[in-house]
Amino acid sequence: MSEIVGVRTIWRLRPLLSPLLAIGVTLGVAGLALWVGGYDPVAALRALVRGAAGSPETLASITMVRTVPLLLTGLAVAVAFRAGVWNIGAEGQLYAGAVVATALGLVGGGLPAGVLLPLVLLGAVFAGAAWAWIPAWMKVRLGVSEVITTLLLNFVAIDLTAWMVHGPLQEARGVFPQSDPIVAEARLPTLGPGTRLHAGFLLAIAAAVGLWVMLRWTRAGFGLRAIGAPGNAGAVSGKFDVVRLTVGVFLLSGGLAGLAGGVEVSGVTFALYENLSPGHGYTAIAVALLGGLHPVGVVATAVFFGALEGGAGAMQRDAGIPAAWVGGIEALVILSALAMDRALRSGPAVMVSTGNSGRSTSSGLDV
Amino acid sequence: MFDSSVVEAFLEASVRLGVPLALAALGETVSERCGVINIGLEGSIIAGALGGALGALAYASPGVGVMTGAAAGAGVALVFAAFVVGLNTDQIITGTAVTLGGLGFTAALYQVRFGTTGSALTLPTFSATPIPGLADIPLLGPAFFDQPPTAYLAYLLAPALWWFLFRTEWGLELRAVGEEPAAAEAAGVRIGWVRTWAILFAGLLAGVAGAHLALAHAGTFAEGMSAGRGFIAIAVVVLGRWNPPLVLAAALFFGAASALQFLMQTLGLDVPYQLFLALPYVLTLAALAGWVGRSRAPAALALPWPRDATRP
Repeated sequence: MSEIVGVRTIWRLRPLLSPLLAIGVTLGVAGLALWVGGYDPVAALRALVRGAAGSPETLASITMVRTVPLLLTGLAVAVAFRAGVWNIGAEGQLYAGAVVATALGLVGGGLPAGVLLPLVLLGAVFAGAAWAWIPAWMKVRLGVSEVITTLLLNFVAIDLTAWMVHGPLQEARGVFPQSDPIVAEARLPTLGPGTRLHAGFLLAIAAAVGLWVMLRWTRAGFGLRAIGAPGNAGAVSGKFDVVRLTVGVFLLSGGLAGLAGGVEVSGVTFALYENLSPGHGYTAIAVALLGGLHPVGVVATAVFFGALEGGAGAMQRDAGIPAAWVGGIEALVILSALAMDRALRSGPAVMVSTGNSGRSTSSGLDV
Repeated sequence: MFDSSVVEAFLEASVRLGVPLALAALGETVSERCGVINIGLEGSIIAGALGGALGALAYASPGVGVMTGAAAGAGVALVFAAFVVGLNTDQIITGTAVTLGGLGFTAALYQVRFGTTGSALTLPTFSATPIPGLADIPLLGPAFFDQPPTAYLAYLLAPALWWFLFRTEWGLELRAVGEEPAAAEAAGVRIGWVRTWAILFAGLLAGVAGAHLALAHAGTFAEGMSAGRGFIAIAVVVLGRWNPPLVLAAALFFGAASALQFLMQTLGLDVPYQLFLALPYVLTLAALAGWVGRSRAPAALALPWPRDATRP
């Protein structure tokens, strides 16, 4: 009996095994690539770890600050993918949220923080959701795949942001392509003296918990998982309004990504810039997948990627390794996760396509 | 105001901006016809740009650059094929990873080779090669027939691929793999084999597109210079309804939308530059909304094969 229990325990831990193995393989391959490139992989790793978590201060101010946008966009991607909605547009939705948050944070002077701050963040959520509504409408009404529309809308959002900081939202001095700083009442407080970690971190964690509860215990969460499950379309259509549910998933996903943009402006940059996001919305796809599309898993992988990107600066400074390597390393993480997943025959990131619209979902892992 | 030189310049810019998209999209058309959507096309394009730059530099020849660029693009596509066909992984996720990796590793390689602060690279570039006779046609001649040789490749490929896909046995088999893989397999078609070759072909053309960017447009390599063209090429395939000549037309349409910014500057219209950058994407979205609803993607697009491999 006890042997069976042991085997079962290991079997239940499968979803954990695959990402861990993936990270191991990635470290090996990345080390090899760095070595071939003429760098010292051990020094690189040491600089990375020191830069990301050398002290409680760096852990909070570097890694955790970087984790926040990755976590929020990672949740946005995870919830969409769970429902078989291919939202590749978190990047654009993030920018939509950042633009609206900045605009509100600029005009809202005079309002108390207790009013303005929620207004700024809600504005960001609505902006992201509105931006995601466009591909939702094109999918359910016109049958255009969201893979293409969300990608195209990323470029539109980035160009519109560039226009904003050169035009309507440009700083009063009119010198640099950036907005004026938002008023103090629109800024998220830090979580203590001497740290850059802001209250957006708590917000992101709360979003993860909320999403977990929603997916696991609510009817909407059940429906959301059901429409994403392979071969389920027929069975679900009688019990749920699939069109409404699909649009709802787009709005929820876009709202989370928009919040990421609002939190970046309100907690980190305090102003709008052209390159506000170094591709958080794309990295989010890796975060969501490696986290098994599970809110709790996404928290873990967002911290991991936050450390990777946070430590990249120190790696460049101390070991002379261009930060560009991190992009390649993130790709290796996804590919190793896919390969490990296949090797283990099951696990979190198993994606099965079902319909000709390319919808797909995770299997094997219950929330 | 609309004298012929302005129109000529606009048409020339449309073709110049449309050609790399056309090359990448024509390759993607073939791979989508057999059921493979490759979001990693962007990775192949940027690899083609760097590979083209390195090859052209080493041999002081843009012609060699096109070949090394094509090889680099196909090399990246080989990684995609190994995962998608070999391991039967999800196409969208694998493609996203290949794009991230392509952008990251080309930037890293470039910095290893030329240093992080190195001054911009100057490459041997393609000069336009006018086609005798055709280049003298008023208005259209200089725009279409006074271009780098890679443009002529795109013109020739569009009808050739149409003929291949719709008039040959192999084309029929390839389309069968994209529509009814089970039936195709029953008829003795090797699905993995067909898909692998189609992916490699698409990667090869995406590599040529990247080399064209580096050697015919910019004359240099810059990190991330593919600038999303791989993604746009995928939209162009849908716009062109998976039909090579229409795909070429759709790529030129996108090129024209991008070239509008130059036309507006010439005409002195005071519209913010950034809005013109967004215009091609908006027009593509509008075009997708307007007429894609009536067309149909290959039935097995983005589906893994064998179908049940992921379900224990």
